[in-house]
Amino acid sequence: MELLYASCVGLLVSCGVFLILRARTFPVVLGLTMFSYAVNLFLFSSGRLSLNKAAVLGYSSEYADPLPQALVLTAIVIGFAMTAFVVILAIRGKTDLGSDHVDGKLPNQTSDKNK
Amino acid sequence: MIQHLTFLPVLLPMLAGVLLLISPFGKNKTNRRVTSVILSAVAFLASLVLLLKVQAEGIQVYAVGDWSAPFGIVLVADPLSTLLVCLTTLLGFVCVLYSSAGDDEKGSFFHSLVHFLILGVNGAFLTGDAFNLFVFFEVLLIASYSLLMHGGDKKNTRAALHYVILNLVGSAIFLIALGILYGVLGTLNMADMAQKVALLQGDDVYLAKIGGLLLLVVFALKGALLPLHLWLPNTYATAMPVVAALFAIMTKVGVYSMMRVYTLIFGDEAGELSHMAQSWLWWLALATIAMGAMGVLASKDLRKLTANLVIVSVGTLVALVAVQTIEASSAAIYYLVHSTLVTAALFMLADLIGRQRGNVADRIIAGSPVAQPRLLGACFLIAAVAVIGMPPLSGFIGKVWLLEATLNAEYTFVFWPLYLLASLAILVGVSKAGSTVFWHHQSQETENAEQERVYPVQLVALIILLSGGPLMSIFAGPLSEYAIGAATQLHDFNNNIKVILSGGQ
Repeated sequence: MELLYASCVGLLVSCGVFLILRARTFPVVLGLTMFSYAVNLFLFSSGRLSLNKAAVLGYSSEYADPLPQALVLTAIVIGFAMTAFVVILAIRGKTDLGSDHVDGKLPNQTSDKNK
Repeated sequence: MIQHLTFLPVLLPMLAGVLLLISPFGKNKTNRRVTSVILSAVAFLASLVLLLKVQAEGIQVYAVGDWSAPFGIVLVADPLSTLLVCLTTLLGFVCVLYSSAGDDEKGSFFHSLVHFLILGVNGAFLTGDAFNLFVFFEVLLIASYSLLMHGGDKKNTRAALHYVILNLVGSAIFLIALGILYGVLGTLNMADMAQKVALLQGDDVYLAKIGGLLLLVVFALKGALLPLHLWLPNTYATAMPVVAALFAIMTKVGVYSMMRVYTLIFGDEAGELSHMAQSWLWWLALATIAMGAMGVLASKDLRKLTANLVIVSVGTLVALVAVQTIEASSAAIYYLVHSTLVTAALFMLADLIGRQRGNVADRIIAGSPVAQPRLLGACFLIAAVAVIGMPPLSGFIGKVWLLEATLNAEYTFVFWPLYLLASLAILVGVSKAGSTVFWHHQSQETENAEQERVYPVQLVALIILLSGGPLMSIFAGPLSEYAIGAATQLHDFNNNIKVILSGGQ
């Protein structure tokens, strides 16, 4: 289970980083989202992976660490708000700059062409 | 009421931000301005009262929801964090006052956003919990994103896009670091973490090291330390100057977090991990100073010049953090207050000068003269003397103090020449900018007769900031005593742990 979990996180991070480095706003937003999924999974695992353990509610001799779950919830909410913001910003960037590249123009494009 | 005093610097800006969104306080611009100025003044007064209380009774620990540390979140008001909270609320008050001359109406919800930003910054200064620090970082970041876009143009959109994406990646790294640290330490309370770091064994030591150094990446990004500083000049130069003035405190949040984490958690008592970030911080800080000084020389407008001065001040502060002695920390505290006030004042001055010069705006080229050369020139002179670090203003005291504090550091022979050369570069850059802007004119006559004159509120705001220079050197005695006290407290590992974990008794 640990191997599967770890490779999932690793795959998500590498996809996320690859997409962020594409430097176009839409891939960047997707990349950031994947990155934050990976981070959430990672945070969750910091309370150790376990099977068949009760959450903190209920009577059980063994229960899972509830704190990482709370942390992940917080991180999800914050990540959601930030993604919404960056999507709006990307749309504004497209209209303001006339290109979906994060620099507003393609690297090989001369600046006068852009005007 | 009085036992909740520690929480007020966080609570008041939040209430202010919400109140400003609803009728009747947010109904029209006069109501908004009056409410906002009054509420920010109240927040400042509350933090002053907190400062007096901390002075009288020592560290205040506030357990949110009465859950005691290390299980619940605690807010810790010690001399250092309270001083910075006062600085933040003062800066907030000044910026709100300044913006009331018209800047606040260039976009929506300006006043609310300023209060939310202050909420985030105050929270980040006060919190004693690492995850809570992350949450407050996000609060201040999302407010700063919107403020950055306030009244912006195309250039601004691009800078904002870079800033937002970089900070989102930074937040993700922050979470990974916290995950690792929680995984090995089993706690997120900073005092508790500090205790447990020393007990780590085997592979956990390396994991904690990875976590700690990832945190360094995040703080370096927030604080704009080389090589993660590239976002800063464009962001600060394209934001509205009053917003940039407010942002002057935000890089200090990064520096403050470094101070906390690498003095308390990974400090003297951390066993194998003690001072692990020091060697990195030291050289990066030196490179940052050099880079900022070059940026000052190369700047084409006043706002970019000030943004580069911010980078130099961050480099200087981080170098002092890396030395990790009580003297260096106290010099850092004094210098932090000084540099925040003076860079904020310079951003506002750049705005006022830009408005009066018509088309050339604040670019450092010969253009039409400013309408009020005596007033603005005098203000610029004070700010310039303070920022360069010439006697008799606060910059000089800060500079002498920090040179003295680094005298016994390991690589003084690199730091002293580099820092003094950087100061020379700043001297050249700032005086060149000043003389070009005020003395070189293309035409003797004012280009258009209806130039904006300085509004009284803007002038009051500017004078409050500028008076920091002379006042900090007149009252250098008590201030330095305070700074030394705060630094001693910061380095007093056992007392910190005891007080925080026992809930302030």
